[in-house]
Amino acid sequence: MGRDQYPDAMAVNPEVAGRSYPPSEPYVVSRAKIAEFAAALGATDQAHFDPEVARSRGYADVIAPPTFAVMISQQGDANVMRDPDAGIDYSRLVHGEQAFEHHRPLVAGDEVQATTTIEKVRQAGGHSMVTMATKLTTPDGEVVTSATSVVVIRGDS
Amino acid sequence: MSADRVEEGTVIPSRTVHVDRATLIRYAGASGDFNVIHWDEQVAKSVGLPDVIAHGMWTMGAAIQPVVDWLGDAGRITSYSVRFSAPVPVPHDGGADVEFGATVKDVQGDTATIDITATSGGQKVLMRARATVRLEEQSA
Repeated sequence: MGRDQYPDAMAVNPEVAGRSYPPSEPYVVSRAKIAEFAAALGATDQAHFDPEVARSRGYADVIAPPTFAVMISQQGDANVMRDPDAGIDYSRLVHGEQAFEHHRPLVAGDEVQATTTIEKVRQAGGHSMVTMATKLTTPDGEVVTSATSVVVIRGDS
Repeated sequence: MSADRVEEGTVIPSRTVHVDRATLIRYAGASGDFNVIHWDEQVAKSVGLPDVIAHGMWTMGAAIQPVVDWLGDAGRITSYSVRFSAPVPVPHDGGADVEFGATVKDVQGDTATIDITATSGGQKVLMRARATVRLEEQSA
């Protein structure tokens, strides 16, 4: 069943479940962005701000806050939003759930790419729920963070 | 902090954080999330929201900070997940307060599971918020 035959114009096409997208452009984690992001959250751990503090704990450089990865994972998820087959109406999108698994913290100097797979598309109560699994991977193939996002595309009701 | 002093039921000091429009503008700039509903109340109200609302990811990011401070190291948060259950409206006048709490749910060896709560205006704004953390510094 193609997108144009799908009965509910607002609903996300369930046939895109399982689809994977190419990696996003490489993202280089910087000290300045970590410090800015941490300050915006009211974070006070000096390992976000001071490389010496971070190194004294065994990290290569300043470490990103636990939710920093969302900026990068959403670059992968953007492929889903742009996929005409999925038919996602961005203006009806609400962030439903977010999860991170950190194999280690992201540190300044890391270069990672986000690769997203649509794990699940579910319809409930007139809304569509899309679960996206995104891996942040270094050029050496190390997966630093696995992120899972659930977005809700509100129906007419 | 030593793992043997942490057990199921250990309460992590709670915190009330004040959020106003400046908080949201700052988070928008830092995160690159410039969705208009986080800074323009005319647009927010036109799409059925009560007011400008906080970024869900700001709430998620702020809610883990009491746990980070208790642990003493943001790098020992090994997983963190939330469900966004209600928006945090941030009125122009007075802003909003968000109360963050956290309790140890389970300890297995070096790893603790922590349940996190976030409420604003009497509403639970996060549900099923949970982190796993490494209690001890890893010997390099």
